[in-house]
Amino acid sequence: MTGGRRPRVARDRALVGGGFVLAAIVLSAILVPLLSSGDPRAIGDILATRLIAPGQRDASGTLHLLGTDAFGRDILLRLWSAARISLGVGVAGSVLAGALGILLGAIAGWRGGITERAIVSLGDAMLAVPRLVLLLVIAALWGPGLVVVVVVLGLTGWMSVMRLVRAEVLGVRVYPYVECARALGVPSRRVLWRHVLPNALGSAVVAITLGVGNAIVLESGLSFLGLGIQPPAPSWGNMIAAGREWLLVAPWIALVPGLVLIATVVSCTLLGDALSRRLARPAASTSLADQR
Amino acid sequence: MIRKHHPRVRRLLTRVIDALVLLWIVTTLTFVLIHLAPGDPASLLISPTATAAEVSRQRAAFGLDAPLIVQYARWLGGVLQGDLGMSLASARPVTAVIGEALPVSLFLGGASIIASFAFGVLVGGFQALRAGPRTDTAITVATTGLYAAPSFWLALALVALATTGASAIGAPAWARLPAFGMQEPAALATGLDAWRDLARHAILPLLVLSIPGAAGVARYARASLMEGALAPHVQAAAARGLARGRLERRYILRNAWTPIVVLLGLTLPGLIAGSVFVEQVFAWPGLGRTMLSAIGTRDYPVVLGLTLVYAMAVILANLLADLTVSALDPRRSGTS
Repeated sequence: MTGGRRPRVARDRALVGGGFVLAAIVLSAILVPLLSSGDPRAIGDILATRLIAPGQRDASGTLHLLGTDAFGRDILLRLWSAARISLGVGVAGSVLAGALGILLGAIAGWRGGITERAIVSLGDAMLAVPRLVLLLVIAALWGPGLVVVVVVLGLTGWMSVMRLVRAEVLGVRVYPYVECARALGVPSRRVLWRHVLPNALGSAVVAITLGVGNAIVLESGLSFLGLGIQPPAPSWGNMIAAGREWLLVAPWIALVPGLVLIATVVSCTLLGDALSRRLARPAASTSLADQR
Repeated sequence: MIRKHHPRVRRLLTRVIDALVLLWIVTTLTFVLIHLAPGDPASLLISPTATAAEVSRQRAAFGLDAPLIVQYARWLGGVLQGDLGMSLASARPVTAVIGEALPVSLFLGGASIIASFAFGVLVGGFQALRAGPRTDTAITVATTGLYAAPSFWLALALVALATTGASAIGAPAWARLPAFGMQEPAALATGLDAWRDLARHAILPLLVLSIPGAAGVARYARASLMEGALAPHVQAAAARGLARGRLERRYILRNAWTPIVVLLGLTLPGLIAGSVFVEQVFAWPGLGRTMLSAIGTRDYPVVLGLTLVYAMAVILANLLADLTVSALDPRRSGTS
């Protein structure tokens, strides 16, 4: 990707495809619960409506396109209500992690010395523990819940952004124009925020986009283990967990949410990779190095 | 003292010291984290009818009444002597609890690392060197999707396939794989039959652990082999008319080993996370399952000990990858 002949936006299949699928998922998450009259948590006549296979009608004639779960709740409706929570948690967690990473990376790269050593060592130490283990420990000790999950995703995800931003700041701080700004008497903090940091934002945005997919998978994992979003509030992870018991009788309960989850994560990855070709240096697109 | 040695030895020593310092930071962080959390393990382990005096006696027995710094010093002193303390839930040494679960996880992890890298490099190599653009795109879509699939979902999907799915298409009985546990309930088989039983039970967990790993390795191998194929010395060799197989093996693959070894260190956290879910879903009594139950019962010493073991594994893998890379490619030994 050196030499910089970027494909035009319309020709970039990864960007168009990823963006299209993600837009469809976000739109469904907004519209389906809005347009439906049902309540994703309400339980009606269980015996009459439970475990209806996808595409079948229940006794009252209501069509369940994706079937119903063990409590007779419509899976389509729950799926897209869950999407609101899962997408929201993923985006919020990743943005929080990104903000923390930008802040710490900027401080580390700009200040240098012992501050830098401390931040980098802390980052290395946290990278040495698998992120899921950290999440499990923190979420279990502080009690499960929406806010805890978002905060914990932020606290455990800043390291890769910090490294990128720090490297960019270190690279840019020796440029003549930075020295120029300082010589002209621009305050140090202002040089950092206005003249140095904007150079690093491209890679940070890429890392945050790639991080959304990761955060969604981690949230679903926590919820699957009962340490994330608590039922009856639906999330993709706890829907899969609830379907586990009925796997042999009604496999769609567990399998359908996973398919939407995978589509979401793949389109985040495609979008992130496409962005990295446009915004950042190639090194930023190491999605494999991020931890599960 | 370090300065007198050969640069290579010196580098090795500094790497090892860095790794030890890192390990100490991890342990301290975990210790602080766990003890900052609200809640008290003694209150979970003691019967609800216990009196205040009984609770404080229990706390004293576990050493939970000492100041935090004393508890930390005691714990760190023990770690240096290979003693990770006593499990609060089972009153057995933590090392024994971990030692019991370790072989299960090592077996699962080791086998799936081998499978992931073998299949990943094969698939990635095929995509980069042999496949046409359409096949390449199709495989990329598949590997991207499989890499994104959460392991617990993959586990349930494979179980559904191997049970309901297999009987729906009328597959023979031997194709319906056991979905849970390490062996048949009340297994009486011995010798070869016992191993066969274990192998049948291991197929699904190993598939779940290896598929996302192989997909990740394939994506990575494809990219680095494609880049390698464009290198000037490869183009020159191709222009000289070197046979294709020789070109691929000697000129492209050999250079791609370095990034693949680096990847070996990077995949371990994902593998550990995957094993937590796989052991939970398939009821294999490994480290991941031990971790989950220890978290559930607030068994601090076990959680701390396991975090230490995990961090040790990751740090060691990165150290080994680092050293292998500098042995394979001396140019890179200066960079970290």
